[in-house]
Amino acid sequence: MAGATIRPVLSLRRIPLVALALASLVLVTTALVFVFYVAPNDANQGFSQRIFYFHVSIAFTAYACFVCGAWNAFRHLWKRDPRADLESYVCVHQGTIFGAMVLLTGSIWAKISWGHWWVWSEDELVLFLILYLFYCAYFMLRFSLDPGPQRANLSAVYALFGVVLIPVSFAAIRLAKEFLHPRVFTLSGPRFGGWILVTYCVAQSAMLVLAYTLYRIEIAGKRLDLRLRELRDVMA
Amino acid sequence: MSYVRDVGALARKDLLLELRARDTLPAMLLFVAAVFVVFHFALPGTPSRLETTGFLWVAILFTALLGLGRAFVPEREQRTMDGLVLAPCDRSAIWLAKSLATLAFLAAAEVVALPLYALFFHHVGGAILLAVALADLGICTVGTFLGAMAVVTRARDLLLPLLFLPLAIPIVVGAVGASVAHAPGKYLAFLALYDALFAVVCWGSFEFVVSE
Amino acid sequence: MLTASKLGKRYGEKRVLRGVDLELADGGFLVVTGPNGSGKTTLLRICAGLAAPTEGTVERAVSRGELGYLGHEPLIYRELTALENLDLYGRLYGVPERRERIGMLLERFGLWEVRRDRVASYSRGMTQRLALCRVLLHDPRLIVLDEPYTALDEAGAELLDAQLAELRSERTFLVSTHDPARVEPFASGRLALA
Repeated sequence: MAGATIRPVLSLRRIPLVALALASLVLVTTALVFVFYVAPNDANQGFSQRIFYFHVSIAFTAYACFVCGAWNAFRHLWKRDPRADLESYVCVHQGTIFGAMVLLTGSIWAKISWGHWWVWSEDELVLFLILYLFYCAYFMLRFSLDPGPQRANLSAVYALFGVVLIPVSFAAIRLAKEFLHPRVFTLSGPRFGGWILVTYCVAQSAMLVLAYTLYRIEIAGKRLDLRLRELRDVMA
Repeated sequence: MSYVRDVGALARKDLLLELRARDTLPAMLLFVAAVFVVFHFALPGTPSRLETTGFLWVAILFTALLGLGRAFVPEREQRTMDGLVLAPCDRSAIWLAKSLATLAFLAAAEVVALPLYALFFHHVGGAILLAVALADLGICTVGTFLGAMAVVTRARDLLLPLLFLPLAIPIVVGAVGASVAHAPGKYLAFLALYDALFAVVCWGSFEFVVSE
Repeated sequence: MLTASKLGKRYGEKRVLRGVDLELADGGFLVVTGPNGSGKTTLLRICAGLAAPTEGTVERAVSRGELGYLGHEPLIYRELTALENLDLYGRLYGVPERRERIGMLLERFGLWEVRRDRVASYSRGMTQRLALCRVLLHDPRLIVLDEPYTALDEAGAELLDAQLAELRSERTFLVSTHDPARVEPFASGRLALA
């Protein structure tokens, strides 16, 4: 009907990239300020506890990326959404990058707290190691196939396996502790409350917004690339 | 039920193919024996029961990988997967049949491997046998599924261990736990849960692995 | 029975098909011609349901069980015998009176004597004839043949001619060939790919 306008639904996609980038910058800076100046010092762990804020928020962000990757994979397989394959891939990519950051920050935290660069007793760290290996194989799978419906299908199925693996591995690690290593080191983050909670929330929002910004940048770049190829193809 | 008929026909084909070729099963048997000997020399001193249990499960895992890598080779080399995909059967039947055939080979290999392990290292109790049964199910269902994925890529046999090992870690945990714990019940239950969960995922998504 | 519009297929960077329209009515015989690399095989694979088009749509009025496809590969297990191969496909397609039908087809294509030999020992012509048995085993309504004469010896080609003549009136065909003259008597339509 001429003249009728449909109200656009509030969608994340409509937020311009520049705004996201600025928001990331502001939030990450704020998070850094909070972590280093505002949050109270933990009596037991002191400085090392600071990295904890980033470590946990990055970990949660990585999980979120993997779950989004699986959701997009599901959309590709079931709804046949043509955009979903690329979105799934970029989600998994971001998740893997953040996952690598989890291992890095976790390793630093372990070194600061206990003097070792790696400890097998940290459940979440071991879980991320398994997931990291799993999702690295995702990229090996993807790069070993030519672009096309087969690559999209196989990647999507593998991404779904990944999200099932997360809880199963976590349960496995828990079970394994009983006969693998005695509980020598305990994961103790600071007790949540007051400024600690606020600082954590700031750090978490910062990481989530940062992840989404990077996701949008990568998607934009890849879509541009695809469009260029399509145009080249039409000209040929 | 035609599904059972299809799985039966396909599994029969896979068993026949192996019977004719006679290469995978002997290779697996030889491999597992060789691996045990390597373990003996690789771990200096007298290994404890805990450590030798590790030998068993690593040996089973890698022997299985050997067999899994060969699972879809006839379909790949002779392009016969197209023939199976064209057929009106449910695509998941292809996966299920192949898993059952691979399970048969793995079980046959273990009929030799377990007595060999008992001979070289420690005796094998009831809990270990149960763990072997449950772990085999998980290994074969997930491994066959990933084998079908790996076989269409350029990297092929390079890729299967990479795809499989992270997913196999929970199996190893359950299996080793059941083998050494005083109360193997919860480890066996975990293995059963893993098997059920991933069997459902494999069953539901195999369609997408073989068709465009 | 089979309609395709604006079909396109791209493998990565390489474009194989562009803007192909196809219409095959019930009982028709469509001959697809074109030079090597023009996408005949890809087109037939899409029509048979083995590949998905990158653009365009394809509609089939037959189910998978009513479609027979012969590609460049015979889709036969070389380590099994002719009987075992056809028995497998017979079970998968739920062919009634399986044994009789297999026997009849093997005889018709001159493979009865070698039915218990492994396909690996067959000549190329014999393998192609076995592939034709596989295609016709479940009496499909739509028969898709990709260059069927290529691997056949003269005796096999004559057998195929006889089969086509026999089935022409009752079945629908989609055939690609390098030798259109051979199938000209049967053709009801032609499609030339650039």
